[in-house]
Amino acid sequence: MRKLAREVKIMFQGKKAIVIGERDGVPGPAIAQCLSAAGAEIVYTTTECFV
Amino acid sequence: MDAEAQAGIKKIVESQDSKDNFIVVLGASDLDGAEISAETVTLGDPSFAGPLAGVSLGLPVYHILEPDVRRCIPEDVYNESVGIMAMVVDPQEVGERFKTIREKVAKNNPS
Repeated sequence: MRKLAREVKIMFQGKKAIVIGERDGVPGPAIAQCLSAAGAEIVYTTTECFV
Repeated sequence: MDAEAQAGIKKIVESQDSKDNFIVVLGASDLDGAEISAETVTLGDPSFAGPLAGVSLGLPVYHILEPDVRRCIPEDVYNESVGIMAMVVDPQEVGERFKTIREKVAKNNPS
């Protein structure tokens, strides 16, 4: 658990994240939830749809 | 990537003094499409149709299904939000493709 916390800090903590999800893949809000939990600040989210 | 998204991303990045702290995270299940989106936010719109045509933002780009990204997210949150897609798409292949993209970007944008 301690190792995980250290990795989180290195990769996403304090980063401004631009999220581009996809309706048939992983939607934007789901990605944003993950990144927020890892310490990133979400500055833009969209979910693209190709039909 | 549609023109609206390109315009939104360009506006946000250009409104900041530095783009050092930005990252882009994609979620497309079609990896060829994800590579085009990655190219758009790093080297510029390859179709030369949107606001990012000729604009090289050089942002580090990741895919939410990469094993290295997954390791950085609390497991319960990841499983609830993304988990099922990790069974549909091969995370190892995603990781290799995006690592190559980041290396290509680093080569084109030496800092």
